[in-house]
Amino acid sequence: MAIRVQREDFDPGREIEALTTGNTAVGGVASFIGLVRDVAGDQPGSAMTLEHYPGMTEKMLAEIDTEANRRWPLEASLIIHRYGRLEPGDRIVLVVTASAHRAAALEACHFLIDWLKTKAPFWKLEETGDGDSKWVEARASDDAAADRWTRRHDKDAAE
Amino acid sequence: MKVLYFAWLRQRTGVGEETVSPPPSVRDVAGLVEWLRTRGPGYAEALKDLSAIRVAVNQEFATVDAAISPDDEIALFPPMTGG
Repeated sequence: MAIRVQREDFDPGREIEALTTGNTAVGGVASFIGLVRDVAGDQPGSAMTLEHYPGMTEKMLAEIDTEANRRWPLEASLIIHRYGRLEPGDRIVLVVTASAHRAAALEACHFLIDWLKTKAPFWKLEETGDGDSKWVEARASDDAAADRWTRRHDKDAAE
Repeated sequence: MKVLYFAWLRQRTGVGEETVSPPPSVRDVAGLVEWLRTRGPGYAEALKDLSAIRVAVNQEFATVDAAISPDDEIALFPPMTGG
């Protein structure tokens, strides 16, 4: 498991290769890459700035990663999240999970990005194109997506 | 204690991080926020709606009734929008 919070871009191919090279127990790798869209709400956007809480960000990502490793038999996992000013098309986040089989890798990857959105202390400030900027509001659908994993886990635990 | 503000809370208070010494009657996060509101119009505006604010105490999520002490690091911020 590895966590990186950085201003710089990353190379998804290189990261995936580095994560799995030398581990022949890995049978499946899943990845998610989040990109900056060119739309801010219903307005065309030009760029955004990601702010975060240094220290707590790394801590929360590590906790989420630990939880994924507890729930699924992962051989390796990686979360990279960028901060600072990003433009449409730029990569924001990378989640990679590797396991012996596809189900664990795919589910853990989905879980990590869903939980990260509501539990990691990042905030997006969107430039709205008219020289103004606006803080992105949290969406109820993101909470619902994260909550899905909580209910499922609780249900599993109760069985 | 150290208080950190993020996103629009930082913009409205005009402060990213500060060390404060609230009176001993301030024992929890809600009490701290109430006291911080008296520090100026920017604070009053930023902190007017407690339900819009999320809290961390020593880098762990907490609720507004969480107890606080002088050595704590309290962070106030809106719901998160990463990913």
